[in-house]
Amino acid sequence: MLRAFRPPGLENPALNMSKYSIFSLVRNAVSYHENWAAAWRSPEPKPEYDALIVGGGGHGLATAYYLAKEHGMSNIAVLEKGWIGGGNTGRNTTIVRSNYLWDESAHLYEKSMQLWEGLSQDLNYNVMFSQRGVYNLGHNLQDMRDIQRRVNANRLNGIDGHVVSPQEIKRAIPEINIDQGCRYPILGASFQPRGGVARHDAVAWGFARGADKYGVDIIQNCEVTAIRQENGAVTGVETTRGSIKAKKIGVVVAGHCSVMAEMAGFRMPIESHPLQALVSEPIKPIIHTVIMSNAVHGYISQSDKGDLVIGAGIDSYNGYGQRGSFPTIEHTIAAICEMFPVLRRVRMNRQWGGIVDTAPDACPIIGNTPVEGLYFNCGWGTGGFKATPGSGWVFAHNVATGEPHELNRPFALDRFVTGFLIDEHGAAGVAH
Amino acid sequence: MLLIECPWCGVRDETEFACAGEAHIARPLETEKLSDEEWADYLFMRKNPKGRHYEQWLHAAGCRRYFNAVRDTVTYRISATYKIGEQPPGEGEK
Repeated sequence: MLRAFRPPGLENPALNMSKYSIFSLVRNAVSYHENWAAAWRSPEPKPEYDALIVGGGGHGLATAYYLAKEHGMSNIAVLEKGWIGGGNTGRNTTIVRSNYLWDESAHLYEKSMQLWEGLSQDLNYNVMFSQRGVYNLGHNLQDMRDIQRRVNANRLNGIDGHVVSPQEIKRAIPEINIDQGCRYPILGASFQPRGGVARHDAVAWGFARGADKYGVDIIQNCEVTAIRQENGAVTGVETTRGSIKAKKIGVVVAGHCSVMAEMAGFRMPIESHPLQALVSEPIKPIIHTVIMSNAVHGYISQSDKGDLVIGAGIDSYNGYGQRGSFPTIEHTIAAICEMFPVLRRVRMNRQWGGIVDTAPDACPIIGNTPVEGLYFNCGWGTGGFKATPGSGWVFAHNVATGEPHELNRPFALDRFVTGFLIDEHGAAGVAH
Repeated sequence: MLLIECPWCGVRDETEFACAGEAHIARPLETEKLSDEEWADYLFMRKNPKGRHYEQWLHAAGCRRYFNAVRDTVTYRISATYKIGEQPPGEGEK
């Protein structure tokens, strides 16, 4: 969800080295919580860094954090054209799961899941990761066969999950409609108990604070306008805040990756689409888990504030406008109302769109590019949030060493030439 | 809601149409002579511009014919629609 407010201390240049704990909470309570130090600095860009990360969303900040923490690279900067976490990180429906079909993606998302499980402690920042379980519903026999296949594949990869019947779903979620006479009856679901949700803004802020602590410069309102190269290798970028030199540049800009690739002089197999979501007015706790339906195209969970968080499908056309079509929203709401007739009179508060970078096989592109020293991490499409820590972790390895990690090697750009695509349209959850 | 002008049927609601991706991608002749890179470029690589985009649409719930449109991907405004095989109106090249 896009929040109207800015994180505290954005303009305050004071360095914050304090650890968040019950003691710091008590100490600050004495001064009415008015003297909390800034969570990160807002420095002026230096003329040169060891590495630049373009894009200050969750993935970019996670990359910077792990570059500093795991690879000892602290003379780096994150360049963000707006404010950190203001793009897709602040616009998604915060679902975390790792139940992907193929080994390559299962391993990548499971790495991410394992990082999620210790993330709040690692960052000393509560990302409100709540493993409340994720149901993926099936509405016809083929859905159910696919679900069984996917759950079996997950279990072979050591990822938790099982197939549940409509009666079991009804026992867990009493409000759901399992009437077999409706247009898209619920025939069962896959259930991943370790799946859940996290607080999206906190993920961006936690990684930002963590990276800042290691000395990473987080530079906001700094849009990259050109990528400079010499003899096929990057030398730096031009930005709205001057030129900055670096021999390694990691680009993590989601919907704008084609724009960046064009600056660098190569083509991407990416199309950017609006993906919409909406939240209701806050209501009392009614949905304690996450329910996703690929077939009728709606997914729903309830935030800690009580608003129902509903995700829609992508608009069929390319778009950079961060808004989508009303018919797409209408379609999703119709599905939600059929699944949960009890919610028919709930009013919706806000609706918005983000720009998702969809790849032909619904899998990300992480790795080297035709330009030396330039690395791309994009194509996460409709499901990047869940991968935030894992994506940053593998991409940090790729940027630091210049070689992909075993986990992201299958996701290289050249898979579109070799033909080794990883078809995750089934597990991606949103039809592309 | 977009109002889209089908070159055969006139102005209709967006819900009648399906977007069918980038236009003016010609299938290469003599595909057996293409390198893997050239084939990948034809099959997967897309312009995906921020701004003016030439794309195909299908009037799925109407005449069920394809046509081309010029649309801005930021404002979503459609400035022209034209039939398959034609060049964009008022422009020398695509």
